[in-house]
Amino acid sequence: MSGTYLGMPAFPEAAHDAVRNPTLRRNLRHATHTIRDKRARAVAELEDWAGLRAAAKAIKDRTLRHLDHYLVRLEQAVTAAGGTVHWAADAAEANRIVTALVKATGESEVVKVKSMATQETGLNEALEAEGIRAYETDLAELIVQLGDDRPTHILVPAIHRNRGEIRDIFAERMGRWGRPAPDGLTDRPADLAEAARLHLREKFLRAKVGVSGANFMVAETGTLVVVESEGNGRMCLTLPETLISVVGIEKVVPTWRDLEVFLQVLPRSSTAERMNPYTSMWTGTTDGDGPRAFHLVLLDNGRSDTLADEVGRQALRCIRCSACLNVCPVYERAGGHAYGSVYPGPIGAILTPQLRGTGSGLDASLPYASSLCGACYEVCPVAIDIPEVLVHLRERVVQGGEATRNGVRVRLRPAKGHAAERAAMRAARWALDHPAALRAGQRLAARTRRLHPRRLPGPGRAWSDTRDLPEVPAESFRDWWQRTRGGEAR
Amino acid sequence: MRVALFVTCVNDALYPRTGVATVRLLERLGVTVEFPAAQSCCGQPAYNTGYRHETEPLVRRFDRAFRAYEYVVTPSGSCAAMVRDAYPRLGAKAAAEGRGTELAEAAARAAPRTYELTEFLVDVLGVTDVGAYFPHTVTYHPTCHGLRALGLGDRPRRLLAHVRGLELRELDGAEECCGFGGTFAVKNPDVSAAMGADKARAVEATGADAVCALDNSCLAHIGGTLARRGSRVRPVHLAEILAATEEEPYT
Repeated sequence: MSGTYLGMPAFPEAAHDAVRNPTLRRNLRHATHTIRDKRARAVAELEDWAGLRAAAKAIKDRTLRHLDHYLVRLEQAVTAAGGTVHWAADAAEANRIVTALVKATGESEVVKVKSMATQETGLNEALEAEGIRAYETDLAELIVQLGDDRPTHILVPAIHRNRGEIRDIFAERMGRWGRPAPDGLTDRPADLAEAARLHLREKFLRAKVGVSGANFMVAETGTLVVVESEGNGRMCLTLPETLISVVGIEKVVPTWRDLEVFLQVLPRSSTAERMNPYTSMWTGTTDGDGPRAFHLVLLDNGRSDTLADEVGRQALRCIRCSACLNVCPVYERAGGHAYGSVYPGPIGAILTPQLRGTGSGLDASLPYASSLCGACYEVCPVAIDIPEVLVHLRERVVQGGEATRNGVRVRLRPAKGHAAERAAMRAARWALDHPAALRAGQRLAARTRRLHPRRLPGPGRAWSDTRDLPEVPAESFRDWWQRTRGGEAR
Repeated sequence: MRVALFVTCVNDALYPRTGVATVRLLERLGVTVEFPAAQSCCGQPAYNTGYRHETEPLVRRFDRAFRAYEYVVTPSGSCAAMVRDAYPRLGAKAAAEGRGTELAEAAARAAPRTYELTEFLVDVLGVTDVGAYFPHTVTYHPTCHGLRALGLGDRPRRLLAHVRGLELRELDGAEECCGFGGTFAVKNPDVSAAMGADKARAVEATGADAVCALDNSCLAHIGGTLARRGSRVRPVHLAEILAATEEEPYT
């Protein structure tokens, strides 16, 4: 189960199994409803939430418009503070850079702070292939790693697991990775946390290399920021001799004043806290304090291409709070694995097909993994109009169109497998644009209504498997109007 | 006052009762209703599935059919949202593609004059008591496009609160999508059915006689799921509740 998400089935097939797993459904429902209710209360406390949201959106948009400028400024500041900046065009290049940096230290183990960027590049697997073991230290990431599993949530990667399942994973697997779980481990949260603490302490004290991501990078001073709840991240950031941070290029903010806005909207949106317990900030290297060497790997991996798309670029405003996942009725039923990406839920449905393209069956299915209910847009702290981008990407899937891949403007052809749908849509357009023909069809349907099947064939079959069909009435509204009002108005 | 009724393709073909109820209700309130026969579908099924170019003729058709009217009233939050939100986007994209401003102009004419029924009643006519009588227990499902895209707020509830004989039952998780979502129900049948089943259970738990909403497509999904479960709860469009009176009761 571990490894990358490539080669997973398209969303509807993956969701098919998740929907039929009652434990998964119960775990997800409980967790998402609890956190969404808390988020709503935390946000309602602030009188100026709408203003904060607008400010967060505006800062991100302005930064993205001048991204080249702020990244150069960031590089200068990081370098001046004693760090080294590396530029990675894609996942493979990022992994090569990190692997080479670790090898140069002579170490074969690294400790990791939870990082979406390195999940995205599949860094752990790339390191493993070079004989380097990466230990996840975030509690939920630890559960996922020990369980030979994949994350299903941005903020709570093990949201699909309940306490009993976690106890079993700890008891069975911890010994293989280091210090075993204590005998007779119960599923009490405090006991589980203590088992993880003892297991991880060993890693923290031994590791010479730490690998992190970052929630934000402040261009003016070259400062990186990690926001977390457990303190494990801070251990990884301060104890090793070498720190390597892999960060998406969209995470830069110009100044500390801009950062102030995000440190308000992020915790409330993600964990429903007024302020998160640990906010770690580091700027280059300092003699006698923290890592001796600091490397920043700036990751593109499809972000520049996304930035080139006028509608789709708003996905780069995302601050990975996961509020959209917690409120999404589709995520709640399908679970995170169905999205086949490190970014699940509504944001994953618009971000992944832009970062990876819509070439695979899975990626082409993601823009359709939504009922367009709009709840994600409503809660998004940076006001990403996710439904708008979903429809935009659906158009790319079925009609093709202009897109940027690897910096080159290309004309995408429509994805395969939509020929019948396209023909139906064209026929429907013709009929709907010819009301006389439509009316003849309606009358025919009304006259033959007793003959209509109770079950539909083809793509409509799933509908009639679980729902009764509406009956065709004897008379359409149009005919009623003509019969009762005499003639047609205009 | 003279208004044009945009009945919507779903109501025309499958739920003519809703159109008839809307006409009766508006006429009872002193409004002259006209039905421009040139109207068709708003284009939402095609647009939301990604067929923007297939939708464009329907934007032009909507504009031609309704441009002579100051008010266009529709008993569908979803179709009203399509005209208000998506038409301007379609127009802007066509202009950006160098195909002129004709579509954007059509959208700019259509969007501001189109009202969902409860918006028209509360905001334009300024009424919340429409003189309706509906002696049943009812629960209300605020459909997503009415709730979020149009921001209807408490308008439907204020109208329901004045219906004589009606007892409103609160729906648990009311603001959650029922799972219809147009072609979503076909493309993701398992998730759609799971969402529908949860919504149907919540509706049944209210113990109400009827579930009402502002969109018959959502009601078809919820009602079809309820019927398959053998439930006695009936789906009723809000327009039909507001049209019912003691003299002409809902049947």
